[in-house]
Amino acid sequence: MTQPGFLELVSFGPGGWGHALLAGAWMTVLIALSGYAIGAVIGTFGAWAKISGGFAVRMAADAYTTVLRGIPDLLVIYLLYFGGSAAVTAAGRLFGAEGFIGFPGFLAGALAVGITSGAQQTEVLRGAFKAVHPGEIEAAIVCGMPRLMRFRRIIAPLALRHAMPGLGNVWQVVLKESALVSITGVAELLRQAQVGAGSTGLPFDFYLIAGAIYLLISTISGAVMGQAERHFSRGVRRV
Amino acid sequence: MDWTFMAETFLSLISAIPLTLQLAATSIVLGAILALGLALARLSGSLVLDWFARFYVFVFRGTPLLVQIFLIYYGLGQFPAVRHSLLWPLLREPYWCAVLALTLNTAAYAGEIIRGGLLSVSHGQVEAARACGMPRLMLFRRIVMPLAIRQALPAYGNEMISMVKATSLASITTLMEVTGVAAKIISETYRAIEVFLVAGAIYLAINFMLTRLVQRLEYWLSAHLREPPSIRAGITATVERDAS
Repeated sequence: MTQPGFLELVSFGPGGWGHALLAGAWMTVLIALSGYAIGAVIGTFGAWAKISGGFAVRMAADAYTTVLRGIPDLLVIYLLYFGGSAAVTAAGRLFGAEGFIGFPGFLAGALAVGITSGAQQTEVLRGAFKAVHPGEIEAAIVCGMPRLMRFRRIIAPLALRHAMPGLGNVWQVVLKESALVSITGVAELLRQAQVGAGSTGLPFDFYLIAGAIYLLISTISGAVMGQAERHFSRGVRRV
Repeated sequence: MDWTFMAETFLSLISAIPLTLQLAATSIVLGAILALGLALARLSGSLVLDWFARFYVFVFRGTPLLVQIFLIYYGLGQFPAVRHSLLWPLLREPYWCAVLALTLNTAAYAGEIIRGGLLSVSHGQVEAARACGMPRLMLFRRIVMPLAIRQALPAYGNEMISMVKATSLASITTLMEVTGVAAKIISETYRAIEVFLVAGAIYLAINFMLTRLVQRLEYWLSAHLREPPSIRAGITATVERDAS
């Protein structure tokens, strides 16, 4: 048996893995995007809890960020994947279903990525809020803006300007973290590369391609993030 | 909550802590050496070295660590040249593959941190040392390096913590460190929550001690930034003695 060449591997023709890898890359982007979105919701509430919550709420938010930033992401994925399966199975038994029910890997992965990135986004958003000059908020109050309008027109745009670089970093972390979701068997990029490596006996080629695709995704999204950063910083003089 | 099960889990996870610490320590130390080389390459002024270091950092920071581990652990064995080389006894071992991947990965992040530290050393300090007639190496050893380390330490502490967390990925190459043992227990018993709590507490404890250690080091290195308490206390004591 002759081994296929590198270009044949990535081709879209018969025997090529182009389609599988592309589908995997798309799945990676989907996992990362949903995880990031979940993290953004958690981060917003977390930052709000840390800034203006009562004592108990603040302590809870502190505990959340400390714990989630101190333990490996892989453990969180294990917790949600296996813990979710156990919970779903128990719930199924309650309704008369028998046997083992698996928790969907995509959901477990997106939730795990969301919960870990939520801790990071909490800190980023809290820092960004702290960077909003109190004078600007006071000015808005003096103008008679109600709370929500103040948040929408003054605080959110200014805080986002300071938060953009940090949020960009969190996105890059999330993108790389999504590779860990491959252990749940979701057919994302790294999983597809594993399958390809297993069936062709060419692990180096496949992991190299996977790495190159990750690099491409992170470069493109980095450029998009840079654009967003410029958008939110318009009106700020560049020195 | 089943306390006897948690106690059993705790005992089996404790025996895995040395491997986690060993992985983290080895790759942090080796990574620091490589990182210093990368930072110096970036600042060398040589275009070739500079671009090599840039490319290295770009590649290793832009791809997931898991891909790097797979590439080294599964990928390298694909080439007969590697399998017949002198390094094969090392590269065959999951432990050394994990150490190599973690080292190469942390060097990329730490290199940028060290570069930032080196750049933060103010010109005046370097000029003063030159004016004193220090040769290049002595200047680097006595002036630039201590100041740069002080500046880079907080960021480096964060990198060390993420390395402790990153050792968990070694479990995927069959190494039985804390996460590896935890995953084994979870897949055998399906009691994810209890095992997660115990394993998470162990990682938190390690990272807590690590941050304390870095804080202690930072305090020790920033004596020049603190007010000298002894002199002030001495002066008040003298004034009080003279007054009485």
